[in-house]
Amino acid sequence: MLALDVQQLTKTYKGGFQALKGIDLTVEEGDFFALLGPNGAGKSTFIGILSSLVNKSSGRVSVFGHDLDRDPERVKSCIGLVPQEFNFNLFLPVFEVVLNQAGYYGIPRREAKVRAERYLRQLDLWDRRDTEMRRLSGGLKRRLMIARALVHQPRLLILDEPTAGVDIEIRRSMWSFLRELNAEGTTIILTTHYLEEAESLCRNIAIIQHGELVERSTMGALLGKLHTETFVLNLKGQVSELPELGGFVLQHLDDCTLEVEMNRDHTINGLFEALSRNGIEVISLRNKQNRLERLFLDMVERRPADEGV
Amino acid sequence: MAETYRYWITFQTILTKEILRFSRIWVQTILPSVITTTLYFVIFGRLIGERIGEMDGVAYLEFIVPGLALMSVITNAYSNVVSSFYSSKFSRYIEELLVSPAPNWVILAGYVAGGAARGMVVGVAVMVVAMLFTDIEVHSYGVTLLVFLMTAVLFALGGFINAVYANSFDDISIIPTFVLTPLTYLGGVFYSIELLPEFWQGVSMANPVLYMVNAFRYGLLGISDIPLGVAFAMIAAFIVALAAYSLHLLRRGIGIKN
Ligand SMILES: Nc1ncnc2c1ncn2[C@@H]1O[C@H](COP(=O)(O)OP(=O)(O)OP(=O)(O)O)[C@@H](O)[C@H]1O
Ligand SMILES: [Mg+2]
Repeated sequence: MLALDVQQLTKTYKGGFQALKGIDLTVEEGDFFALLGPNGAGKSTFIGILSSLVNKSSGRVSVFGHDLDRDPERVKSCIGLVPQEFNFNLFLPVFEVVLNQAGYYGIPRREAKVRAERYLRQLDLWDRRDTEMRRLSGGLKRRLMIARALVHQPRLLILDEPTAGVDIEIRRSMWSFLRELNAEGTTIILTTHYLEEAESLCRNIAIIQHGELVERSTMGALLGKLHTETFVLNLKGQVSELPELGGFVLQHLDDCTLEVEMNRDHTINGLFEALSRNGIEVISLRNKQNRLERLFLDMVERRPADEGV
Repeated sequence: MAETYRYWITFQTILTKEILRFSRIWVQTILPSVITTTLYFVIFGRLIGERIGEMDGVAYLEFIVPGLALMSVITNAYSNVVSSFYSSKFSRYIEELLVSPAPNWVILAGYVAGGAARGMVVGVAVMVVAMLFTDIEVHSYGVTLLVFLMTAVLFALGGFINAVYANSFDDISIIPTFVLTPLTYLGGVFYSIELLPEFWQGVSMANPVLYMVNAFRYGLLGISDIPLGVAFAMIAAFIVALAAYSLHLLRRGIGIKN
């Protein structure tokens, strides 16, 4: 079953700016899906339309088989939204924010309290339940947006940059929370500018730019398109003369650090053997760039801006 | 059936949220009207009223009680919805409602009921104060309460429409200052329209407040410049018109959706 089926979706904002230029996209039920694109690409506009915050100009949207135009209430019941910008009543306490949201979805008070407690506990917010929103830090607000989005137990959770400005510890706990949620059957669509996040969480991916879909594939297939990889090596001792190694392009970063660009048909074993033969010992190695980041930059750079963003 | 129950929960949630909101800040929401009307009673009723004598056959103080009570119902019902709904737009937490499956009419009903609740609470408080100054014997409780309620609903709707169009906090005080206050003052709160020249009597007929004040005065005192049935029909017509317009605004997403 398709969790999301979007056809020829366009959006022209008042003033004539065309933010989406005919997007076709499907997401399977159970998927963990990355929606990527540079600033201003149209990701939030796309998500806004799915969640009924933005009116589309044309096209069709259907969520778990329910058409957005014909059956908006069903569509809304299926979706949980974590928006990019905070949208809280800052004078309400945490618990009430979640309870109200449950009430808007028609969940009776008693049931709402049970669920609110469950999700606040899962997101480590239960101790802060009586805190007014304006006293919460940014990271806590981000987590609260997730709890709020889950209280009606949506089948499709859409997260618009949920980890923006969140420290690494909280980010990792969010990741494992989302992985678990997905494993239990919730379909997830995620946008993020942290590409290692998309790479580690998502199975399928779409990239949009200037309101158009420029890539749609599985994460594996996309990463497979990478022809070369670049590593940074920390060396034991200094190396002044660089040897010629077939298939590897070496470059000095400083006396003790090398950059190696290698073709995909070579292996790291081969690299180490060649280095050992030349008396170069390696202490540690890391990827120069996240792999998805490389691809993403390639793809986005290949398509020059058709208008200022 | 299940759907109706769901809508009922949503309505209750919005209404409870609204009542909690104005109760938490009662010093800003309830108290001012009570103080202002007390001052009106003291100054216009006691000090100046004694010189005026009677109007429409009752003491001047008693004549203005219904209008003053209604004035506070009007301002409170209106400002509750306008400031609450505008804040939810401004801080974007209206999105919590927009993403939910709550139909527009339930959202509207929730906000209007919240505004009407505040109008009624303040209206009753003002009436209690009025009872301390006069010894009015209520002519008809049924009519009195019905007018209270309908007035509160009508102006809560007005506040909603204002909030939809407002783009800044300044915009939410324009209508009260330039429309609401003149309408109430010219709606026969302080005088019987029979005192006006014929032409201005005719103009006054276009003012919805006139019908409410007169119907309310009938409920309390048993006197009115306007037949009761006409007054109720007019108020009901205004309510239907504003409710239809509010729903139209919500459906189009004006002021709240891109
Ligand atoms: N209300 C609006 N009126 C006019 N133009 C808008 C409006 N909202 C967004 N846009 C424009 O539409 C384009 C897409 O914006 P959108 O917010 O969807 O991008 P995004 O991909 O989410 O970017 P980011 O990564 O920065 O969040 C941008 O050029 C933006 O300026
Ligand atoms: Mg965005």
